[in-house]
Amino acid sequence: MTNLATIERDAEGFLEQAGHWTRELAADIAAESGINPLTDRHWLVIDYMRDCFLNKGAAPTIRTLGKESGVAIKELYQLFPKGPAKLAAKIAGIPKPHGCI
Amino acid sequence: MTATLAPRATAAPASAAPGATGHEPITKVSIIISKGSLEGIYPGLIMANGARMEGIEANVFFTFFGMDAINKARHEHIKVATVGNPGLHIATWLGGVPGVSALVTQQMAKAMAELDIPPIPEFVEMIADSGGRLFACRATVDMFKLTRDSFIDQVEGIITVGEFYQLAAGGQIIFT
Repeated sequence: MTNLATIERDAEGFLEQAGHWTRELAADIAAESGINPLTDRHWLVIDYMRDCFLNKGAAPTIRTLGKESGVAIKELYQLFPKGPAKLAAKIAGIPKPHGCI
Repeated sequence: MTATLAPRATAAPASAAPGATGHEPITKVSIIISKGSLEGIYPGLIMANGARMEGIEANVFFTFFGMDAINKARHEHIKVATVGNPGLHIATWLGGVPGVSALVTQQMAKAMAELDIPPIPEFVEMIADSGGRLFACRATVDMFKLTRDSFIDQVEGIITVGEFYQLAAGGQIIFT
């Protein structure tokens, strides 16, 4: 059983190893970031982010996220007020997105 | 490749509560877009969108030809300035040849699409959807004899410089 206290994370709280991620861990990271509980809408975004990273090797841009995750940009910012791309990546256990867009 | 992002160790202003770096994080930006060329508009939009991506509050104030970015009749027709733009490294006479601006604009649009940077109308809408607030400049609206109807719906209002400063209070102002 892994928990937030024992898992390896960087200074900003992103997992060092995407493989160490679990759905329980996601809920813990979300709660730590002020999102509690994670709704189905959150999960839609988180699962899309993770799939995108595991299949393409990179997190999607916010534009792609808005077009393809099933959640439009307006709602993305309601779900993840502190920045959807960054926060959803953190909760999804993938590296911080590095693009400017 | 990751750059070191910590600010340089300079003395923090007395008003700032010392954080890990001795500097307060930026929580709000007000960006002025004053130029109407493609290369004049995009940087401000990228800064505004980037601010929202970081959870930073963003206001965008469009003035002079920068207002073309929110002008319904014009926002789809914004071009790269090929005359008087030494950064392009083409001969001045060539920049003025009909069609050259359109061609350069087309090439740049393609390069940006590859990076998933949206066209200007979509980008402005995206910033509004992400909670960025858009304003047009009162003086320019009067000067160009425009009305509220000239602008896309997402524009929150036509405001004076004084109102802009009120909105910007407590944050950073970026002029582009």
